[in-house]
Amino acid sequence: MTAKQISIFLENKPGKLSEFTKVLEQNNINMRALSLAEAEDFGILRLIVDDSYKAACVLKENSYIFSITPVLAVGIPDRPGSLVKVLDLLGDNGVNLEYTYAFTTRKKDMAYMIFRVTDNEKAIEVLTKNGIQPICQSELSKLFE
Amino acid sequence: MPNYYQPEIECASQDQIRAWQDEGLVKTVHRVYENVPYYRNLMDQKGVTPDDIHSVDDLHKLPFLTKDDLRDAYPYGLLAVPLSDCVRIQSTSGTTGRRVVAFYTQHDIDIWEDCCARAIAAAGGTKEDVVHVCYGYGLFTGGPGLNGGSHKMGCLTLPMSSGNTERQIQFMCDLGSTILCCTPSYAAYLAESIYEQGVRDQIKLKAGIFGAEAWTEEMRQDIQNKLGIKAYDIYGLTEISGPGVSFECSEQTGMHINEDHFIAEIIDPVTGEVLPEGEKGELVFTSISKDAFPLIRYRTRDICVLSRKKCSCGRTHVKMSKPMGRSDDMLIVKGVNVFPSQIETVLLNKGYPANYQIVVSRENNSDKIEVLVEMTPEMFSDTLSTVSAREKELVDALKAMLGIYAAVRLVSPKSITRSEGKAVRVIDKRKLY
Repeated sequence: MTAKQISIFLENKPGKLSEFTKVLEQNNINMRALSLAEAEDFGILRLIVDDSYKAACVLKENSYIFSITPVLAVGIPDRPGSLVKVLDLLGDNGVNLEYTYAFTTRKKDMAYMIFRVTDNEKAIEVLTKNGIQPICQSELSKLFE
Repeated sequence: MPNYYQPEIECASQDQIRAWQDEGLVKTVHRVYENVPYYRNLMDQKGVTPDDIHSVDDLHKLPFLTKDDLRDAYPYGLLAVPLSDCVRIQSTSGTTGRRVVAFYTQHDIDIWEDCCARAIAAAGGTKEDVVHVCYGYGLFTGGPGLNGGSHKMGCLTLPMSSGNTERQIQFMCDLGSTILCCTPSYAAYLAESIYEQGVRDQIKLKAGIFGAEAWTEEMRQDIQNKLGIKAYDIYGLTEISGPGVSFECSEQTGMHINEDHFIAEIIDPVTGEVLPEGEKGELVFTSISKDAFPLIRYRTRDICVLSRKKCSCGRTHVKMSKPMGRSDDMLIVKGVNVFPSQIETVLLNKGYPANYQIVVSRENNSDKIEVLVEMTPEMFSDTLSTVSAREKELVDALKAMLGIYAAVRLVSPKSITRSEGKAVRVIDKRKLY
């Protein structure tokens, strides 16, 4: 019921992200969503890709430091107020949000949120009880076909 | 029950030790002044004569001797007896320049071997033990020193020398070696091999005496656990005699210096000033009982701390800490002495690789120190707060160790240059000279 986010350590230096994306390009890995958090001397790149297994192999070969983080992917109607509903559900049930980012697909009228929460199981329980079904990695991959 | 080789010496009163040192120092200074022109010149230059030296309190008046002096005086310049009285030489590896050759009379060999016998006794050795020496034999002092000490102790001695791991293990199994003497890295390697061969249950080792290179407390624990032994540190240098200048006892909290033969001082490596007990500085030795090659105030370049705290083993001789670094590597940052080895210790303790680089710079007339540390999968996390917290933990640990703030910069794996041979650990960008 979770999606596999790839989190990568990058030095905070000119050209480092470009260098990284070239590795993906050479291996024909497509990104679906991307978010970059920056500290003073380094950054953490978070990615949703079409093939997370292949991406992990490629990153390992290229000596990147990375981890695979299970995150929640939730489809919501692409209109004002729909994010509020999901966030309220999480907040009211004491699920803390570490970070989040959004993306859309070719599917009309839908938007997708990635949530990194402290307690995945609890978040899934709260959401499904309220009729919101988190998307798993294989479904996520299909979204892009 | 503590085990001694020469209890009347090893457990002598402070007053007795002091009396031996006063007498030995005065005698030695007179002898070298009269017999060694090199010393006479050094002392004359400093305006000090043997008549100025009445006790250990006057030691600070004497000039220092450095490795450069030993090279200048090579080979016979510091010899204090006729060559015909000498029976042996030993030599350093010579990796940092010209070899140093040390001369020994039979008396010098005897006191050196006594020192090693004390180390074996401190490790629990008795005449029932089988001492397995796989330090190198030859010019290197490791093998001959422990070999001689083992003889004096009356142990069965296995002069294995280094190498041929399979044969080492075979002998250990067949002849029941109980005390292992080698470098700590070889001990760790032997332990691995013993496990691989599945002969751990045929090994009767109870103790190890490991020296001749730097090793950490973690390494000690590792070796002790793997081999089921107690691992003791031993310290020495060819210039002063060889292994056994100091050795660890059952307390494993520092090495007793054989003070009836060597006077130890701790000095500020920059000013040369003698520091009080408990302060960290460069270790300086004066040998007071040697015939052929007595060194006066020899600067070892090793950084350590001395302690006269009462030891539970009953020995009264002063204890030195494991060397914490070399004064040659020392950096002065914001007026504070910083040793790369201190930084390495913190990194290893916190689970980072020992591949680091220290960058010292000066901005607005103020020194800055930055430590580049390679990121590891274990330290990484997808949340900034976790990584930043680990980084801060490292900064705090460095501050506690160094006494000054050092910035940490996490860098990609393998991004710190690994040079062939010696690693570039320090980059000093300050233009001070």
